[in-house]
Amino acid sequence: MDQKLRIDWILCDGYSLCSPEAPEVIDLDEWGYPIIRPGVIAEHELKDVKRAVGACPMSALSLVPQDFDKRS
Amino acid sequence: MTLPLDTRRLLAGPALDGTPERYAAHIARLGVLPLVGGRADLIGSLEASGLLGRGGAGFAVGRKWRALASRDGKDSAVVVANGAEGEPASHKDRTLMAHRPHLVIDGALLAAEAIGASEIVFYVGREHVAAVAAMKAAMAERKPELGKRAKIVLAPLGYVAGEATAVVNYINTGKGKPMTVPPRVSQRGVGKKPTLVQNVESLAYAALIARYGDAWYRMAGRLGSKGTALITLSGAVRDAGVWEIELGTTLGEVAEEAGAREDRTAAVLMGGYFGTWTTARDAWTMPLDPAAMKASGLAFGCGLLWLLPASACGVHATAQIIEYLADASAAQCGPCLFGLRALADATVRLAAGQPASGDLQLIERLIPQTAGRGACHHPDGAVGFMASALNVFGEDFEHHARTGRCSVTGTSGGVR
Ligand SMILES: Cc1cc2nc3c(=O)[nH]c(=O)nc-3n(C[C@H](O)[C@H](O)[C@H](O)COP(=O)(O)O)c2cc1C
Ligand code: SF4
Ligand code: SF4
Repeated sequence: MDQKLRIDWILCDGYSLCSPEAPEVIDLDEWGYPIIRPGVIAEHELKDVKRAVGACPMSALSLVPQDFDKRS
Repeated sequence: MTLPLDTRRLLAGPALDGTPERYAAHIARLGVLPLVGGRADLIGSLEASGLLGRGGAGFAVGRKWRALASRDGKDSAVVVANGAEGEPASHKDRTLMAHRPHLVIDGALLAAEAIGASEIVFYVGREHVAAVAAMKAAMAERKPELGKRAKIVLAPLGYVAGEATAVVNYINTGKGKPMTVPPRVSQRGVGKKPTLVQNVESLAYAALIARYGDAWYRMAGRLGSKGTALITLSGAVRDAGVWEIELGTTLGEVAEEAGAREDRTAAVLMGGYFGTWTTARDAWTMPLDPAAMKASGLAFGCGLLWLLPASACGVHATAQIIEYLADASAAQCGPCLFGLRALADATVRLAAGQPASGDLQLIERLIPQTAGRGACHHPDGAVGFMASALNVFGEDFEHHARTGRCSVTGTSGGVR
């Protein structure tokens, strides 16, 4: 199942620790909050993305199935 | 068939003079509430009626009840009648509650029965003083039916307090801020129970459809969308206020009936503060029909129609509203807090004739950047509104940015 990166915006405090771990998927805005590239995560990006998830001190990031928020 | 412009269904009955209809008058006029068990299939009837939610998002009411009624598990559910009406220029929910509180109670009782709910919460904006008093008095009159299962909760001030997860959060914890979804409130809401959050107008229409049927509801409606709806006309219009219209009536018809004129109107904000600026020309012929509006990139939303006078500047009006929306951020999510603040500051500078270089480019960049990056849809609504401002007032924005002067009033700075 394809996965995507989900962010809990209430938890995220803009510490910017995620982006350097997976710069091809996570960019930052001018306030240090992540901008996540839309779409599924490619196989070869998965390792970096998992590292970014682990690097977030707020546990604001998670890998979820592509249709996560469409399921009720 | 064309109905009179002001088609009274919810608002039929005694004059809207600030006094609520009492229960005795309500049942004398409409009869007692038919119970769901005594009706063939209320949920099916709501589905067939095509009734859409009137809190802003326009989700089908019948489908929402069906989903909750067929939930897994044996937990009892909760019904929340959402009468927060945080939208400052909208008056339709407070007007409905202040004059026809028993229709709202009827709808909530029907919903509770249809979905299997053991609790009902009437969530009413605390600033809507007449509505609060009317709902309290009506609840007292209905005590035999409501028993201990119903309570009134006064919503805190603020635009986001009416958002469904904020509603549930406030009832549960006293904190009126949105929560991350999932879980949806339909899965885990008030007291962790599955919860139906439904706008008070939606519930009131359900109470009429339960009595008269879906075919009756669909007798009104000139185009694709059938039925009637409450709207709030405000801004540059003589008879500002709440109207009940047949869907498909054009904005121009209602506005002219209320004393507005196309040549005295610059633009119309359609659908609410999360809505869309539309030139007076396009707005005038626009059918107030959710399907037709959607096809034109507009939304019926909460039915707010705010007319900007031809003498006023769209950049100023936009600045006031985006400033309000930035202030209304619940300040939980960085992109909403900082993004909307930066958008508002740049727009206010442009409006005031003190643009910083690159303000217009900043606005153009922040609109797509901020969309979708919050726990709730507040930032999405706000940037959608800003995008429509650039569409309709693009030349004025450029003129303000280039010259520091207003293209409509000719002044530098100042308001209006
Ligand atoms: C920022 C924000 C504010 C909202 N405020 C209200 C409100 O004041 N009243 C309301 O009924 N719905 C409001 N809504 C919509 C609710 O989240 C919800 O969709 C609605 O109450 C459901 O009822 P309906 O399906 O009958 O429209 C708001 C949504 C957002 C994103
Ligand atoms: S590391 Fe976590 S808290 Fe920091 S910006 Fe990234 S998601 Fe937000
Ligand atoms: S997106 Fe904005 S309004 Fe919504 S929860 Fe986050 S900070 Fe609050």
